[in-house]
Amino acid sequence: MMSSGLLYALVGLALFAFGLAGVVLIGHLLRRILAFNLMGSGAFLVLVGLAQRNDLPDPLPQAMVLTGIVVSVAATALALALVRRLQALTGKPELPEAEDE
Amino acid sequence: MSDPLIWLILLPLFWTTLAFLFGPARGAWLAITGAAAQLALAVALALKVGADRTAHHHPVGGWDAPLGIDLTADGLSAALLLLTQCVALPLFIYAHRYFRAGDPTGRYFWPLAGFLLAGMNALFASADLFNLYVTLELVGLAAVGLVAAEGGTRQLAAALRYLFATLVGSGLYLLGVALLYGAYGTVSSAMLTALVSDAAPRLVWIAAALMVVGLMVKTALFPFHFWLPPAHGGAPAPVSALLSALVVKASFYLLLRLWLGPFAALLPSFAGFIATCGAMAIFWGSWRAIRAERIKALIAWSTVAQLGYLFLIFPLFTAPAALAAGLTQVFAHGLAKAGFFAAAGVFIKTTGQDTVAGLAGAASRRPLTLFAWGLSGMTLMGLPPSAGFLAKWQLIELALDRGLWPIVYVVLAGGLMTAVYVFRVLRQAFLPATATAPHHKVPRTLEWMAFVLSAASVLIGLRAIELVALAGVIA
Repeated sequence: MMSSGLLYALVGLALFAFGLAGVVLIGHLLRRILAFNLMGSGAFLVLVGLAQRNDLPDPLPQAMVLTGIVVSVAATALALALVRRLQALTGKPELPEAEDE
Repeated sequence: MSDPLIWLILLPLFWTTLAFLFGPARGAWLAITGAAAQLALAVALALKVGADRTAHHHPVGGWDAPLGIDLTADGLSAALLLLTQCVALPLFIYAHRYFRAGDPTGRYFWPLAGFLLAGMNALFASADLFNLYVTLELVGLAAVGLVAAEGGTRQLAAALRYLFATLVGSGLYLLGVALLYGAYGTVSSAMLTALVSDAAPRLVWIAAALMVVGLMVKTALFPFHFWLPPAHGGAPAPVSALLSALVVKASFYLLLRLWLGPFAALLPSFAGFIATCGAMAIFWGSWRAIRAERIKALIAWSTVAQLGYLFLIFPLFTAPAALAAGLTQVFAHGLAKAGFFAAAGVFIKTTGQDTVAGLAGAASRRPLTLFAWGLSGMTLMGLPPSAGFLAKWQLIELALDRGLWPIVYVVLAGGLMTAVYVFRVLRQAFLPATATAPHHKVPRTLEWMAFVLSAASVLIGLRAIELVALAGVIA
């Protein structure tokens, strides 16, 4: 019998893996930002899910996840601002080809 | 009130907010005054930790862990806090003259640099893994902002690449922290150190691997270095200097912390892998630096190479001297690289272009800056009596002691390759200038600050005993 905490953690791991693959593979920057958020949510779900003992929630990781959400909102806002500006300059929501330094 | 540790975090937050409100002109003076005060605080803290020979604790708001946040400064933290302020103060004086009025980067530089310093100082003072995650993100976001501040397509692309790399790195780290919390129910570095042994469940091994890889991405260790050259090579000189000298050291410091603390029993199994990546970084980074056409790209690739040395200490970690070697290299590289970028900024302003080929005639026009370049180059090559020499000497001695011959060859070959790209610039600078080459005036302050940083990177080699003693005070 699988406890609900473990189920949350496994789903979280899957979300993290999907998100990571998205950040690495997707070219469209908006979708890449969404993928990053998926990745973050996955990690938060693992943090809250694994910490449940005998299906009793643990308050400390919940506080941590709140902090983590603030951080990821800030990162998302910064990424969106940069993408908007890049699109205004180049007309495309994608990164230009890497120039060889 | 009088605790230096908490003021090292509050002070930059305070002046950076004011700098944001008052604009760049007054912001610059606020920043310089603030950085000078922080340097005094960091010196006081280092002296205190060095004299007491124990770590210094500060529970924030009087609340002890696990409810509150416990700030801790041992010898390693105190040394890195000192380095951060030592590099920041000359760079701020440099940046004040570097950005002309109306320069878009100058407008954003002071607030972002202040948040960066606050994040770095908080990171070095943090004692639990989650707090370290938050401060790591603060540092990363401020650094990305600094890269993007100029607002051109190239800078934005570099900033976005950097942002995604840093977010993936800290995401992996966070997942590792989540798994560790699931296994042990704590994120306190000290408590985990007591709990984790090499008989730990597989979950903990996976957590360790995730955290190490995440931090390798953030430190731009080969093969995860792809984001560093465009980000560090494309930003204005004071920004590049802050990023190359300090920001990459933050994630390295965290890796070192994990190695000394919670993962002491697990990480030796990763040592060979990490050191191999370090050796590859030295060769590939140096090779690209030798081939680079732009000065700042050359310096950025040199950072990739020099970071490689830091990772060579891990297989040698059975000896406490390995930490001293690593810390000396962090100081040597931090000061020398800041000096390099400061000197490059002067060259770029003088010639109006960012190519090595355009440097012809620099020896007669900018002798002081070229001297600074030479001094920094000495440190990076590892010539005595510089700090770089001491770091490499300790590395070689330890490697010989352990019979790890490959490390000796890598260090020696890396030094030679460094000499090639340092002398490439020197040779070009001594060529006669073409008659049509532009020659702009540059404030003397810029030249002097480049010189101060480079000279410090050599002179610190003479005072390394105090540094090594500080490295011995580990919480």
